[in-house]
Amino acid sequence: MTLLSLSDLTVFRNDCPIVDGVTVRVLPGECVGLIGPNGAGKTTLLRAALGLLEARGYSSLAALPASERARAVAWMPQAREIAWPVSVEAVIALGRIPHLPRGARLRDADRAAVDAAIAHMELEPMRHRTATHLSGGEQARVLIARALAQETPLLLADEPIAGLDPAHQIATMQVFAGLARAGRSVIVSLHDLAQAARHCTRLLMLDRGQLVADGPPAQVLTADNVARVFGVTAFYRDTPQGVVFQPMELTK
Amino acid sequence: MRLAALLLVLVAALFAASLLSGPLPVSAWQALAALAGDDGTPLSVVMREIRLPRALLAVMIGASLGLSGAAMQGYLRNPLAEPGLIGVSGAAALGAVLALQTGLAAAFALALPLSALGMAVLAVLLILMLAGPRGASITLILAGIAISALAGALTSLVLNLSPNPFAAADIVFWMMGSLADRSFTHIWLALPFMLVGWALLAGLGRSLDALTLGEDAAQAMGVRLPRLRLALILGTAASVGAATAVAGAIGFVGLVVPHLLRPFVGGRPSALLWASALGGAAMVLAADIAVREVFPTRDLKLGVLMALVGAPLFLHLIYKTRKELP
Amino acid sequence: MARPTGRSMLVSVPISRTLATFAVALITATAALADAPARVVSVNLCTDQLALMLAAPGQLVSVSRLAHDPGSSVMVEAAKALPTNGSRAEEVYLLQPDLVLAGTFTDPATVQMLRKLGIKVALFAPATALSDVPDRLAQMGAALGRQQAATRLTADFDAALAGLDDAQTARPRAAIYYANGYSSGGRTLAGDILRAAGFDNVADDAGLDHGGTLPLEQLVLLAPDLIVTGRDYPGQARAEDVLAHPALRALPDTAMAGQLTDQDWICGTPAVLDAVREMRALRLRLEHAG
Repeated sequence: MTLLSLSDLTVFRNDCPIVDGVTVRVLPGECVGLIGPNGAGKTTLLRAALGLLEARGYSSLAALPASERARAVAWMPQAREIAWPVSVEAVIALGRIPHLPRGARLRDADRAAVDAAIAHMELEPMRHRTATHLSGGEQARVLIARALAQETPLLLADEPIAGLDPAHQIATMQVFAGLARAGRSVIVSLHDLAQAARHCTRLLMLDRGQLVADGPPAQVLTADNVARVFGVTAFYRDTPQGVVFQPMELTK
Repeated sequence: MRLAALLLVLVAALFAASLLSGPLPVSAWQALAALAGDDGTPLSVVMREIRLPRALLAVMIGASLGLSGAAMQGYLRNPLAEPGLIGVSGAAALGAVLALQTGLAAAFALALPLSALGMAVLAVLLILMLAGPRGASITLILAGIAISALAGALTSLVLNLSPNPFAAADIVFWMMGSLADRSFTHIWLALPFMLVGWALLAGLGRSLDALTLGEDAAQAMGVRLPRLRLALILGTAASVGAATAVAGAIGFVGLVVPHLLRPFVGGRPSALLWASALGGAAMVLAADIAVREVFPTRDLKLGVLMALVGAPLFLHLIYKTRKELP
Repeated sequence: MARPTGRSMLVSVPISRTLATFAVALITATAALADAPARVVSVNLCTDQLALMLAAPGQLVSVSRLAHDPGSSVMVEAAKALPTNGSRAEEVYLLQPDLVLAGTFTDPATVQMLRKLGIKVALFAPATALSDVPDRLAQMGAALGRQQAATRLTADFDAALAGLDDAQTARPRAAIYYANGYSSGGRTLAGDILRAAGFDNVADDAGLDHGGTLPLEQLVLLAPDLIVTGRDYPGQARAEDVLAHPALRALPDTAMAGQLTDQDWICGTPAVLDAVREMRALRLRLEHAG
């Protein structure tokens, strides 16, 4: 069962392709890391795949009606926006909107999903606190729980670990990896290649809108690819504690 | 639900108080009897033709302004968005004045609310265009000042050019709003538009909740933004346009009421919609009682009272949001 | 119809009465001493009409703009022969008048400016009762050096007014209602017209002898037999909405007489007799109908 299928997806801005002919299939159980330098088109690719942007080519998600798409994929934009002083629980319950019939309130199944998401992200102690008063890391967890409550087979997250401390970064990536092990799939864009190498089952490397590498981290993060796309040398080693990846120096 | 009951009781109590307030004291029992019996006695005429429509209009207008304020704030995710402050009410007043002074309203009664609605649509469109999707405070306030100033100037111009010697004095009414001596004619003129506006805005709750997380997240949750935007524009314009066409521009209701009630509904924009509608009704009723009881002989305009309450709060909110600006 | 004797002006503030009396005395004195003024300019609707009635041919050279408005002036035909002025010091001065006729409510800055420029200005207080009409005629006659004409008109006026007094069985209660809910009480010209026509004025019951805002509710509760509304001006004004309020038509025993208070009611000239006649005819019709 394919959760996402893109073929030849292309996004133009002023006659200039931001995303250029990307073709990808994502199956259940994958934790996909989307990597690439600034301006490579990561966010644009994700938004076009969701149908939030006008694009050429095909995206299986964009082709769905809005209400069906909302049950097929959850989306975490990069801006961690919570506009009003609502409770943590209320924010997470927003994830149930796609499942609610018109005019209905939360049903038992919806409450169960919210409770599960709260338990998953260990947010029980702050369930009734005001979300806007939490720290950045806590807010990030709340927003992940919100996405989990949507109970979609696929989760798209745009730089979810940017600006988080190491503990929160690792915890977040472990949540995504855990979802993949449980049979759901995650596509996450990120700049931290070390985290990508450690936690993702598959990496998509984007360079100037084009997909230049697609495969397991070891095959994508080759010295050649990293030098060509990011312009840096890197240290890569498979250790008993997992993969260690460290960018070292500029190539020029 | 406790809040809903509380607000309903408050509105009912203020409605009764509004029926009992006027230049001449009447006992509650006499007043009720006169209201019930259509016997042509002067007291029953006062109760049925003067006080009842006035109280009903206060409820309708307050609900319209509170609801529109809550909806606009939810959409722009900015607590400063308010029909009066961003120039929607002012534009609606201009529309109403144009319909009256061109004689259009005399030839065709519905031209009055329709023209107010049309100008209100223009103002909302302009605001949305200028303030952008996120409704940044600074652009919102500046755009609001510009639109209000332009609408106010054109209203004054039209009224100053009127051949009617009283028209120029009407400027105060159109800019400050009043419910004095309104009748059922005005209710029937405004109600259909308000009903449409309320229906459009009341249906936005879930979408506005989703917007708490931003436009992208909301869209990904199945919210159709173009439809939301259209419903918001038409809903706000219809309710504010109709309210302004019959009672002038009453500011700050849509600012003060959602601000006061937001903590009680846990900040949720959907719950704030109905709460602000009830709260707005209570607030305008209370203000209209105050202008009659505190200054019985002065025909004080509602907008004066609302601004006295609302402007300090507005300043406080600007101060608060200023800290969030880059 | 007896009227108070003496030169009392019946204006509300005693000081202005004293001043006005003083002004009259002064003008009478000067008129007696000097020749009649040759070029007279009027800048006030009421002085326009008084002067048009009394001035010698060619003596009046300009009237105020309102004098040409048939809704405000009873002497439009006569006024049309003269150019109008905008009642501002500059244009009035350029007309090189010997005497300017103004109302006591004319902009004081204008009056002061004209006096500073050496032009004589005669001020006329607005009439607040029918008995003011002979006073104003006398004042205008003195100012223009046309005392004889004034005496003639006063005699005609007194005779006509006396002729309008009839034996009444009952006095119906009436209200005069203008835009913004303004009502005129007994101590105003309009109120006195109403009284002379045989009506009681409900504004007096409400304590508004000198006129003031009568809330719509209070008017309805007073339930007068007749409500006389002001003239409907062209264009629209929210201030006039109150005159069309359904509550006024909902009173079963109240007759509405719209647009009766027109140009005849505004100034203290003999034309007020037409207003009294019209109201009296209306009263007689009501009595027959009732």
